[in-house]
Amino acid sequence: MANNAMTSHDGAHDAHDDHEHHDANGLKVFGFWLYLLSDCILFSMLFAAYVVLSQAYAGGPTGAEIFELDFVLVETALLLASSFTYGLAMLGMNRGDSSAVIKWLMITFVCGAGFIAMEIYEFHHLIVNDMGPDRSAFLSAFFALVGTHGLHVTVGLIWMALLIIQVKQKGLTEAHRGRLMMLSLFWHFLDVIWICVFTVVYLTGVML
Amino acid sequence: MLGKLTLEAIPYHEPIIVIVLAAVILGGAALAGLITYMRKWTYLWTEWLTSVDHKKIGMMYIIVALVMLLRGFSDAIMMRSQQMLASTGGEGYLPPEHYDQIFTAHGVIMIFFVAMPFVIGLINVVVPLQIGARDVAFPFLNSLSFWLFVVGVILVNISLGLGEFAKTGWLAYPPLSGANYSPGVGVDYWIWSLQISGVGTLLTGVNFVATILKMRAPGMSLMKMPVFTWTALCANVLIIAAFPILTATIAMLTLDRYLDFHFFTNDLGGNMMMYVNLIWAWGHPEVYILVLPVFGVFSEVIATFSKKKLFGYTSLVWATIVITILSFVVWLHHFFTMGAGADVNAFFGIATMIISIPTGVKIFNWLFTMYRGRIEMTSPVLWTLGFMVTFTIGGMTGVLLAVPGANYVLHNSLFLIAHFHNVIIGGVVFGAMAGITYWFPKATGFMLCEKWGKRSFWFWIVGFYLAFMPLYILGFMGMTRRLQHVDNPLWVPYLVVAFIGAVLILIGIVCTVIQIVVSIKNRDQLQDTTGDIWGGRTLEWSTTSPAPFYNFAHEPQVKELDEFWEMKERGHEEAAKKPYAPIHMPRNAAAGVIISGFSLIFGFALIWHIWWLAIVGLVGMIASFIVRSFNYDTDYYVSVEEVERVEREGRERRSLPGARTPTDTVVQG
Ligand code: HEM
Ligand SMILES: [Cu+2]
Repeated sequence: MANNAMTSHDGAHDAHDDHEHHDANGLKVFGFWLYLLSDCILFSMLFAAYVVLSQAYAGGPTGAEIFELDFVLVETALLLASSFTYGLAMLGMNRGDSSAVIKWLMITFVCGAGFIAMEIYEFHHLIVNDMGPDRSAFLSAFFALVGTHGLHVTVGLIWMALLIIQVKQKGLTEAHRGRLMMLSLFWHFLDVIWICVFTVVYLTGVML
Repeated sequence: MLGKLTLEAIPYHEPIIVIVLAAVILGGAALAGLITYMRKWTYLWTEWLTSVDHKKIGMMYIIVALVMLLRGFSDAIMMRSQQMLASTGGEGYLPPEHYDQIFTAHGVIMIFFVAMPFVIGLINVVVPLQIGARDVAFPFLNSLSFWLFVVGVILVNISLGLGEFAKTGWLAYPPLSGANYSPGVGVDYWIWSLQISGVGTLLTGVNFVATILKMRAPGMSLMKMPVFTWTALCANVLIIAAFPILTATIAMLTLDRYLDFHFFTNDLGGNMMMYVNLIWAWGHPEVYILVLPVFGVFSEVIATFSKKKLFGYTSLVWATIVITILSFVVWLHHFFTMGAGADVNAFFGIATMIISIPTGVKIFNWLFTMYRGRIEMTSPVLWTLGFMVTFTIGGMTGVLLAVPGANYVLHNSLFLIAHFHNVIIGGVVFGAMAGITYWFPKATGFMLCEKWGKRSFWFWIVGFYLAFMPLYILGFMGMTRRLQHVDNPLWVPYLVVAFIGAVLILIGIVCTVIQIVVSIKNRDQLQDTTGDIWGGRTLEWSTTSPAPFYNFAHEPQVKELDEFWEMKERGHEEAAKKPYAPIHMPRNAAAGVIISGFSLIFGFALIWHIWWLAIVGLVGMIASFIVRSFNYDTDYYVSVEEVERVEREGRERRSLPGARTPTDTVVQG
């Protein structure tokens, strides 16, 4: 395995080192899985709250009245596409082709940013039409759940921008490979969460 | 410009607070002056505040916990004296709005800023040593966790002198904690101190699960792991599973208060019972997060001082795992009276009784370990024996409360207060004291004075029974919790006894303080030059005391459970002949302190609605994270010469006079 980050120590490293730092990235990715587990629970709570409050319209609009499936379908397509392009970035990383990584990350970034832009548009549209989170418990839960997902995607975008810069600067070092792997997990995880949002909130919402 | 913050926020018309504040400020200034005078700031910064060494981080957790114990206890004794004074027709000295803040602050501080850091501190000091690792999986994250926790502590303490704390009880149930009924900043202090320190705890959970699962010495299979490590693993799994629930719940309350959401409000479809469900879905696992590790402490202490293998290691491990799982299916026992219906209540009542079975199993493990052992009556053993009796009583009153019918009578009464103090003091506090005494020499190189330790124990335990047994009776007599004023003459004698008990506990705490001071003063006589002062069984005792910063010069090879004991039986010198190799270690990091500093600004600004400052805090946090991510020089290799030097010093220490057995120390300490 390429070990650029630690080249200067390589001699010493191989001579002795025990199991602990051999696979620093493996350890980091494992830790990141644990973090994702906890994030998953955080989302479960928001889903639970949403389900409990999903009929608490308090005289305000229902899901069927405010959700526009076509619009959300485009959002979904963008996010799914971005997961695919992230996958291509990872393939580039495995080939050791840093320019491919940067190219696909940028495309992923654009898709993700498009998703966020659409979400902001949707939120804005609802709020100016007096259908904001202060209108009913149902809308509170809706905004909180979808908004938390959006916030995660935003963090992912910041992280991605940072990685683009860092890979440009120093290439696919061991440290950067680890980060790319973790962001990859994060990004696909957010995709899975979005599929749940799409099903539980939008699809179920228009049927209720 | 300053949001809600005005000069009025300083409670200068409350003499008690002014005096406390003055004392805190003067004390702080004196401390800062002393550090400056001794020119220790650089030392403090490089050796402690920015350290990523798990042992130092652990010690800092415990120091903060001890300080906060003083604060939490002051609240307790104020409540005890107020209730006594205001039960005989008088007014007492604490007005209701102040009293309400005190019981809230007491509960919050004791759980989050005393019990949690005791437990997490011990896990930090001990677990990497027990599994033969050189540090935790993510040392920088560990430092960040600690400092986020400190931010929570600081926010709670700022509320004393600036504004107010929540008056809602420690779990801040809505709608009382909502914006309509608590318009002040009290609940916001509660929110941000718990939210920020909670994130730190979550990171700790991730860190230690990764450490324990991935960094054990070769040969240490899961079923050869020391019991304390097992309980730490389960507690940290619980943290990963439960703390996100707290984060989500507090976030929803935050949205309700700040952005007019309606999760838990009275109107527009809010559902406050959902809050109670959510907060206890975290809250019940939380009690096991606290108590499982101390079960581990007691197991280590009992085995060591009985000079026997722990009886039923496998059953104890399985009992721990079963508790970990079951702890998620009992939360409703905290609100049987909500009216979920007889079937639901029956389910949770029975589940609660079932979870007490594995706990009972453990009591027998400990009893049989002691049976026919050669027990040395050191102070850790005293704490353990005190725990076994006290915790059993608390466990039984808990099972009583788990009967829904009985619960309808006892809910919210002082019986409940007596019950949970019974398990939490008898369990977590006694366990923390046992663990601190037991591992103190490993962390510092010298022992705690046994004489004062034992005094502390006796005052604590007698004080505990006097302070809390009357509360069971008062509960049966119908006295409910959180009362600032009562006027039932029948209750007076019990309240007086309870106050006397609290005074004895105060003496116990003072004994601990004296113990620490005396031990530091006499540290030359209390040296642990052997590294294995108690005749221990697990790997932490195989290295010197204090352990070198890299813990082990050679990575231990594990063949058995209680590996170190077996090594001693085999004669363990063979390893010392191997040549040393460079050791890979993490560098110190200031980023943890800096990021947390910005999070303090962020939290403080949100509490006072100073929006621009909140943005500064947020941007600062993100920016310092980004800057940190450009730092690739985060670790280094300790050279062979350095390892040799440290090890030579360690060997020289071993040949010094002053190695003594615990029994000697009992006489001299
Ligand atoms: C050291 C001796 C202690 C004394 C004398 C003491 C005393 C008290 C008193 C008088 C109350 C108020 C009871 C009421 O509502 O009428 C209380 C509540 C409470 N205590 Fe303690 N306590 C002690 C230690 C602890 C410890 C170690 C913990 C946890 C680690 C703890 C956790 C709590 C909690 C969570 C509450 C409930 C607060 C609320 O009502 O919201 N206490 N305690
Ligand atoms: Cu419980």
